[in-house]
Amino acid sequence: MQVNIVINGQEVTEEIEPRMLLVHFIRDQAGLTGTHWGCDTSNCGTCVVLIDGEPVKSCTTLAAMTSGHQVTTVEGMEVDGVLDPVQEGFMQCHGLQCGFCTPGMMLTARALLDQNPDPSEHEIREAISGQICRCTGYSSIVRSIRWAAENGTPVSLEGASS
Amino acid sequence: MQVPAPFEYERASSVSEAIALRERLGEEARFVAGGHSLLPMMKLRLATPEYLIDINDCTELFYINEEAEEIRIGAMTRHRELLESELLAQHFPIFRDAEQVIADPVVRNRGTLGGSLCQADPSEDLSAVCAALDASCVIASTSGERVVPMGDFHVGPYETAVGPAEMLTEIRLPLRPNGSSAYHKVERRAGDWAVVSAGAAVWMTGDGAIADGRVGLAAVGPNTTNIEPVRQALQGSAPSEDLYEQVGAIAAEHCSPVTDQRGTAEYKTHLAKELTKRALRTAVARVTSTTNGAMTNGAG
Repeated sequence: MQVNIVINGQEVTEEIEPRMLLVHFIRDQAGLTGTHWGCDTSNCGTCVVLIDGEPVKSCTTLAAMTSGHQVTTVEGMEVDGVLDPVQEGFMQCHGLQCGFCTPGMMLTARALLDQNPDPSEHEIREAISGQICRCTGYSSIVRSIRWAAENGTPVSLEGASS
Repeated sequence: MQVPAPFEYERASSVSEAIALRERLGEEARFVAGGHSLLPMMKLRLATPEYLIDINDCTELFYINEEAEEIRIGAMTRHRELLESELLAQHFPIFRDAEQVIADPVVRNRGTLGGSLCQADPSEDLSAVCAALDASCVIASTSGERVVPMGDFHVGPYETAVGPAEMLTEIRLPLRPNGSSAYHKVERRAGDWAVVSAGAAVWMTGDGAIADGRVGLAAVGPNTTNIEPVRQALQGSAPSEDLYEQVGAIAAEHCSPVTDQRGTAEYKTHLAKELTKRALRTAVARVTSTTNGAMTNGAG
């Protein structure tokens, strides 16, 4: 079947088997390997991408179900060489060690801040509770997201206001 | 790599289109809503439908409406909407209690009420919630609609009253005065299935006795979403710690948990009793606080 998914603003049209999962479509068809493929059981959350702005586990979503929708992956966070404040926060506060959970963590953080620009530590921990950092570096991840809340205007919003 | 067995994909944009597809494709077709229960089972090849009918475009099934005598919820309403609904929190606080601990926030963006009920997993929480609230289910087909009480909806584990050419479209929750509800769950970590959970709903008489009450349990075996002897013990009784103890014991007797990685059967039986007590205690306290609040408002 043919699917048509807009990934980071770019239309991707491919012939696929209906059983193809979104995570494999993003990595193997669109060639965007920033989205990681982890537990394959919707437990670890490293495969989180945004579908129409909402974080979703792409290992438990069919590419076919996403046809006609907008997907944002970690590659879509930076705009024209300017990092999203969440990415900047992860750099400033050492929000990653091995980096495996980072793309999913950052996208969930972006969606959280879009809804709630000033989340408490508890709200941040709740938002990322479906995602596992195998280095157990949660304190730094929470600090990174707080850094973004305190220091950042999202690139997309800056673009929209100018 | 876990990938489902091959299937054909169809997308329906309305209930009538979905039912027509189901009728045409037959027993080997299944609806996919959020997909967060069905797709993991398909990845493990525990479910191998030949056709998947995607109903995410059936926008007519996304709603939470208040009618004169009931709240009506569209089957495609997602966990996140159930969690955030002030209307539900006001009438049935059991929903927010449960939704805070169902899966995790990312999964709750996709999973739906109808999908959870139709999956009919004995460890799933919303069946216990809906049974405690004496809900009924609207099942549609080309020949019209039928309304099935929650007690008849689950035929067995992973089996429901929804026929091969039918579709669950709505869940109805009766609005009755002087009631409240609560849900208590023990889980090993965020996002895991329950070790055990218990939901309770009570409706009180004017003189402080329990007019009616229901308890639903999850993850302790089949047929525990509404335990009839619990209801009999609650009816007409005055709420007290002794009553909760007695009803907790009845609930525990009617469970048949199995020992697994989440705990021993003995531990789960203990939890069934303890969580039943807690859920009843919280539900009754909520009725009392609402009644007091109303009186204060009236006096002011």
